[in-house]
Amino acid sequence: MERFRLENGLRVVLAPDRSVPVVAVTVSYAVGMRNEPQGRTGFAHLFEHLMFQGSANVPKMEHARLVQAAGGTFNGSTHQDYTNYYEALPAEALERALFLEADRMAAPAITEENLRNQIDVVKEEIRVNVLNRPYGAFPWLQLPQVAFASFANTHDGYGSFVDLESSTVEDAADFFHRYYAPGNAVLCLGGDLDIEETERLVRRWFGPIEARQVPPAAYTGEPSPTAVRSGVVEDHLAPAPAVALGWRVPDPVGDLDTYLGTVLLAELLSEGDASRLERRLVHDDQLAIAQSSYVGLFGDPFDVRDATLLTTQVHHPASVTAEKVVSAVHEEIGRIADEGVGADELARVQARAEAQLLRQADSVLGRTLAFANAELVHGRAELAGELAARLAAVPPEQVRSAARGLDPGTVAVLELRATGGRR
Amino acid sequence: MSSGLDLVPPLGEPRPQPELAVTEQTLPNGLRLVVVPRPGVPLVELRLRVPFAAATARTAAQHAARTAVLSGAVLLGTSAHDATGIAELVQAHGGELAVSTDPDRLLFSTTLLVEGLAPVLGVLAEVLTDAAYPADRVAAERARVAERIAIARSQPGVIARTALAARRYGAHPYAEQLPAPELVAAVRSQALRRLHRERVLPAGSTLVLVGDLDPAAAVDAAATALGGWTGEGTAVAAPPAPESAPRPLQLVDRPGAVQSNLRLGGPAPSRTDPDLPAVRLATMVYGGYFSSRLVENIRERRGYSYSPRSSVDHLAAASSFLVEADVATEVTAPALLETWYELGRMALTPVTADELDAARRYVLGSMALSTATHAGLASTLSALAGSGLPPEWLAEHQQALARVTVDEVQEAARRYLRPTGLTAVVVGDAARVADELPVLGPVEVTAGAASPDPA
Repeated sequence: MERFRLENGLRVVLAPDRSVPVVAVTVSYAVGMRNEPQGRTGFAHLFEHLMFQGSANVPKMEHARLVQAAGGTFNGSTHQDYTNYYEALPAEALERALFLEADRMAAPAITEENLRNQIDVVKEEIRVNVLNRPYGAFPWLQLPQVAFASFANTHDGYGSFVDLESSTVEDAADFFHRYYAPGNAVLCLGGDLDIEETERLVRRWFGPIEARQVPPAAYTGEPSPTAVRSGVVEDHLAPAPAVALGWRVPDPVGDLDTYLGTVLLAELLSEGDASRLERRLVHDDQLAIAQSSYVGLFGDPFDVRDATLLTTQVHHPASVTAEKVVSAVHEEIGRIADEGVGADELARVQARAEAQLLRQADSVLGRTLAFANAELVHGRAELAGELAARLAAVPPEQVRSAARGLDPGTVAVLELRATGGRR
Repeated sequence: MSSGLDLVPPLGEPRPQPELAVTEQTLPNGLRLVVVPRPGVPLVELRLRVPFAAATARTAAQHAARTAVLSGAVLLGTSAHDATGIAELVQAHGGELAVSTDPDRLLFSTTLLVEGLAPVLGVLAEVLTDAAYPADRVAAERARVAERIAIARSQPGVIARTALAARRYGAHPYAEQLPAPELVAAVRSQALRRLHRERVLPAGSTLVLVGDLDPAAAVDAAATALGGWTGEGTAVAAPPAPESAPRPLQLVDRPGAVQSNLRLGGPAPSRTDPDLPAVRLATMVYGGYFSSRLVENIRERRGYSYSPRSSVDHLAAASSFLVEADVATEVTAPALLETWYELGRMALTPVTADELDAARRYVLGSMALSTATHAGLASTLSALAGSGLPPEWLAEHQQALARVTVDEVQEAARRYLRPTGLTAVVVGDAARVADELPVLGPVEVTAGAASPDPA
């Protein structure tokens, strides 16, 4: 792996692997939903859309055409602590993708017309993913409101329609100026790369972008909760109830070693038919239709900063009460806290975790994004390649400690009541 | 091109794609093996495809219900292991056996760490030859399946897909998208054991293994593990699926919906039909990717929809051209008008050479990307096996795509994309859209038929 920094502050990571003639080009900016100011909920995501509306030398629709007509795919995504833009392309299109990313890093084309158009598109995205379907906001938009206290952690990162509709071109220009400085970004390239040639091309296209001041990293941590918090939401489209439990977990960056025990605990609780909660809730006691546990708001434990949660989510029949589900979950976690975990069971969970990391790394794009996230969030791209070994080295005692951290006395519980009847 | 694009760097010389080294063999019991070694991560991807179509229209509903329960219940235990034991054996090698269904097949799949190939094949063989279907566990599974169906039927996308399939396929088994809860509730262990005995058969099934493996050793491991899997019956493929002529637009009422789900569907050429490459490219230009006419029109110009799209989908006995768009309730009729307009434009006027070239490069590039992972290649080869096609089909199809002309695209669009040839369904709030939609043509309004016990 190669890394260097341009004069304007842009961090560059090259992760060559020439086994297939494919390259991945990713640009990640250290700004996400948690950076949004009050009154501008959803702005980080709306701004992501605006970055596809053309730039100084690229008219609207042409970004997509130039990537896709080269045989490539593209997308972007907004997360809690970063926003990324990426392409996977045949190797011969590398320079074209660098040009496109540099052009919009220098000067996206933000116009009133494009802004209004993309506000409409984002509203449709929210309708399709949240408002027009059962369980749309559950629990990712609803549980943080119960579990956390600060605006950064509790607000709706998709955005209220009122905030979205009142957004202006000036807001977008300010947001760009503040957060999209080259020094606030990581350019991570993977796949079929020649190191020297790639470095030359990176300097050619990104070098001329002017340096700007980089905003200080936002503090998103919170004091640990000391009491149970609970909330109830009604879902008039849902045919069956559900419940989510969220516990604060160790700092993913500042206390990574302890955090790895929590990551394995989530797998041990919920991954597959052999997992503790699948056996107890689904098969043995038949309290649940489906269950899952994960760390991080979107399920990737390694792309978030503090504060974050381990979430257990259970869909259950109406004939089973939420209380019954919640106490069974606490009981299973309590059993791990009291009795610990056998080395055999943990070894199986570690094998599964390793296979899942390898599977992500099998695609050039998946691997490159993992390096980019590790560089941006943890300051070390190499970490992404070390995670399987780090997880494999976690001893049973550490998973037991992680279970002790999931204290029934500090849990946040969100109950979803199905109020729509069966339609 | 506008002057702003002068700076765009040209593309370099394409680099050659690695060739696939495929080993194919059929075991004495009739099971076909497709084994492909690939460099990359130390994993193997496993896909076992078992033909599982309903034999007749009359039995389709019951078959769908039994299949839905069987796909979960097959993993609930054998004479040697319970469900947990089976899961632990696979998990120890990084895997998790999943069983999925569609109207044509059962699919057993997992990823696994390389050293686990022989033991995981052993577990698979145990499940295939000795699944016990314990009565108490089956009862719990069918209750869960019924709950999951109720949840699925509350999803607007599922309601729309179900309505479109029912409208297109009438009495054919392909009309049966989700089984009825009362039929699921009637599924018994004994029926599952019989269904398993009669239909989970090596003859007609295909095992695909892709990854960091030695082909000869992998074939040996598969032959050793699965050689004892036998069966008397014969694989059943879906009967031919003639499509009914399009009827008027169907509006499925979903009171209070803040969006309408537009779905259009009609026949498309099968994987072996020489028209397929031209239809795929017409589908791309129309709505198959971001740089398409439909996305430019109803998303990037008008903001009606987040993710409008078109695609070609293959089942064994029917291929489909499909259009999907979820749009704000207040623009339902205008969005349908634009969707039809762009279809008409495809059918009546030629695409540009640039549009065709862009679509072609995208299809070829995205095929290369999606088959560049173990998992992507394994799933692709398994799907081809379901159409009776060998892995070489991929390269032949790519060559055929490279030859398609503008005239052929227009001819394909006129036959397959013309709006009058498509069945259309809208799921939405009839109280708010039923006045405007008839402006475009006759509309039949139906109640939300997906409701299992009407409110």
